[in-house]
Formats: sequence, structure tokens, C-alpha cells
Amino acid sequence: MVPFAGWEMPVSYAGVIPEHLAVRSDCGVFDVSHMGQIEVEGPRAKELLQGLLANDLDRIEGGGAQYTLLTNERGGIVDDLIVYERDERHYLLVVNAGNRENALAWLSEREIRGSDVRDVSDRYALLAVQGPRSLERLGLREAAPFTFAEETLDGIETMVARTGYTGEAGAELLVPGEDAEALWQLVLDRGARPCGLGARDTLRLEVCYPLHGADITQETDAISAGLGWVCALDKDFMGATKLRRIKQAGPERRLVAFVMTDRAVPRGGMPVLEPRGEVTSGTHSPMLDRGIGMAYVPAGAAAPDTELTIDVRGKPRRARVVEKPIYKREET
Amino acid sequence: MPAAESYPDDLKYHSAHDWARIDGEEATLGITWYAQDSLGELVHYEPPEEGAAITKDSSYGEVESVKAVSDIVAPLSGEVVAVNAKVVDAPETVNEDPYGEGWLVRVRITEPSELEALLDAEAYKLLVAEQ
Repeated sequence: MVPFAGWEMPVSYAGVIPEHLAVRSDCGVFDVSHMGQIEVEGPRAKELLQGLLANDLDRIEGGGAQYTLLTNERGGIVDDLIVYERDERHYLLVVNAGNRENALAWLSEREIRGSDVRDVSDRYALLAVQGPRSLERLGLREAAPFTFAEETLDGIETMVARTGYTGEAGAELLVPGEDAEALWQLVLDRGARPCGLGARDTLRLEVCYPLHGADITQETDAISAGLGWVCALDKDFMGATKLRRIKQAGPERRLVAFVMTDRAVPRGGMPVLEPRGEVTSGTHSPMLDRGIGMAYVPAGAAAPDTELTIDVRGKPRRARVVEKPIYKREET
Repeated sequence: MPAAESYPDDLKYHSAHDWARIDGEEATLGITWYAQDSLGELVHYEPPEEGAAITKDSSYGEVESVKAVSDIVAPLSGEVVAVNAKVVDAPETVNEDPYGEGWLVRVRITEPSELEALLDAEAYKLLVAEQ
């Protein structure tokens, strides 16, 4: 167990690699109840969020979800999150555990009359069931990604969202805290393998989902991070002016994905020696059996196949820029 | 498959969770079952170069799991005569067979007097039990 944003979390239950492989081939479950839930409700809820979130809520409707960013004036990222629209007066934001206080304060301080911001994190538990056989094991029907619905699983009323952080099919299940244990047991009984934070990190990095606090921060902007697609620059939101300027001028550096050519495991914080840059996340990829990671490098060195030299604890090690995602399921 | 916990009687141990199999003037070195279990599945082995001098109680290489990197501490001083290439290619060999196929280096012992300070299996087991 390790402390994580005030929670005691397992790095793994029975090994990071077997848990990782279970999610890629079958089904795994992560207890992500540490994540924060914030409700925004009221006749002007949408108006408030449209001014603070980078993505455009007009792109979704009731029962829809969206990956989005809470941005600051400088275009930096306060948090990345998923917003769920119950209707235009009622939204649920699922935010990173480490940013719960920040995101809540950010929203609350900007509340307008007709919008009510509430932290409901302590009320809910969240289980992420991920992997190609997840729906079959849970007895859920297919549904479009980034949608959600209330469903009943063995008598447990659950908000079933078609979202996740692994690049696999699956669902995230939101239930009141008192139903968490029963739901966890149900999911295990259906054959999901319990997975910890370790596999969560290796899975997300293989598919290049950014981690806030590592790849994206208050000091990094969405354009440089490759999250321009999340920013509706045709609407006005906090930091939009700055982001438009960065987009027009072209960012000075970009967040790239890379695979090690030499044998070595890159880690966040390691310097990129040539061209100058910095690794933001790194690990060993169980699918590729190689070191992989993401790094900020000068924009001119961001093209696939560009060679990087990374300082791995004092030793120069070669890597190669690759297209995102690093791991892609083979079409069969 | 991960190996079952064991600490063979014919080995000598160092408190930093390393073992040495003494064979005349040479020794084979590796990490113990406890060390590999604490680290989890190994994904990288950064060996010393052949011919390098290693010093008792100092790091001579690194082993790395998905979770963490760890120095490998030399239980005795010597000159590296062989590096286990199999572990370089397949680091998980250490998890599967820490005292056999998963050895890390062979060295020529340069300070034979250091051997007296090493632990026997019984003493090392006591140390592990206190962890």
C-alpha cells in the first residue's frame, strides 16, 4: 500500500504485469474511489462551465460525457477531467484526487448566481472495469463511448459510464459509498482481476493518456501537450485567448511519445540530453517489453522517428519518437 | 512463474539482500528471494562491465521493476569475470530462479578475508524475519 492524495492505495494486488495483461486481454477492475466528484447544478450551470472548461458542452447532450480541461488565465491546466451531462442544468465532474481541493476552489470562487457547486466526493465510490471482456462479464450491452446511463447490476443501482483510462473497452461504475463493497464483490465474482495503481499507470501511458501533475500541470498548456483537440478555441473560456495565440504561433515545445531503443526504463523527471527536453512520464511497457514514455522536446524535434538521448541515471540512452498512442491493439 | 521463498544453505548472504556462492577463488552473486519479491517483476538489469572492479558494500549495478529501481550491493570485493546475459535479455529470470538461472555476475574474489563477515542462511533468515 502507498499513500496517494490522502488515500491508502495498492500499487498492485498480485503484480503489475499480470494485472496489466489482464486488462489488455480480458477484464480488470480498479477501485478509483479516491477520484473527486463535483456536482454543478442550476439554471446557469452550463453557462458557468462553458466559461471555465476548454471543451464545448454544446458537443454533448444529456447522457453524454466529455474529456475536458479546467484551464487558468495563462492556458495552464488546473485539472483534466470528465464531465457528465445529466441535463443542461445538472453536471457531474470527475476530477483527479490530488486536484480535488484545487478544482473545487477554482469552480466555487467563480460560481455565479444560478449555479451551485458541490463536492460530493465522499458520497460516492467509483470502480473502473476495463478490458475487452468487461461488458460481457458484467452483462452490459454495447454502448457508444462517452455515454452513461443508470443501470441495475444484481440489484445495485449504478451509474454506468462508458469511459476509462486504459484505452480498452469497459465501464466506470459510480455508486453510493454504502454499495461499494457489494459492487466490488460482484465485479470480482464476474471474473474481473483486481488491479492497482501500478497497472493503471502502465496502461494509461501505453495509450498516451496524460497524467496531471506529470505530463500536464498548471504550467503546461494544452496545445504543447497535444490536447488542442480538447480546446474549443471558437468559444470563450478561461485562457482561450492565450491558447489561440500559442496555436497560431506554434508551440515552442511539444509533448511527444517515445520508445527506448536501448535497454533502459525511463522515468519522469529524467533530462532529455539531445535535443534538450524533459521526460514527464516513463515506465516499462508490458505489451512492447520496452521502456516507453512521454517527454517535452523542442517542437522541431517532435516528428516520429526523431532520435532522443535520455539521461538515465547518468547514462545516455537512446529512444525514438513515435506516433501516439504507443500501443495500439492489433486489428483482428 | 515466481519462485517459492527459499534461502539455500550453501550460500553466503549480505544484509542488503544479496547472496554469494563461493567457488574457490571465484564467486557467483545475485539477489535473494526476499529482494526480488520486494521489488516485484524485474524489467531491467543494468550490469557492470566485464573486468570492472566491484567493492564490498557498494553498488555494482541496478535492477529495476515496473515500480522501482534498486542498486545491487556487492557482498564482497572482486573483479567481474562474467555477466549473466540471460538476465540482461530476460530480467524476469531473477524472479523465476533467483539462485540459479537468475544469477547476476561472476567475480574473481580480491579480498578473501571479507568472506568471514557474510551471513549464513540461518542468520540471514532471522534478518528477513525482522523486516
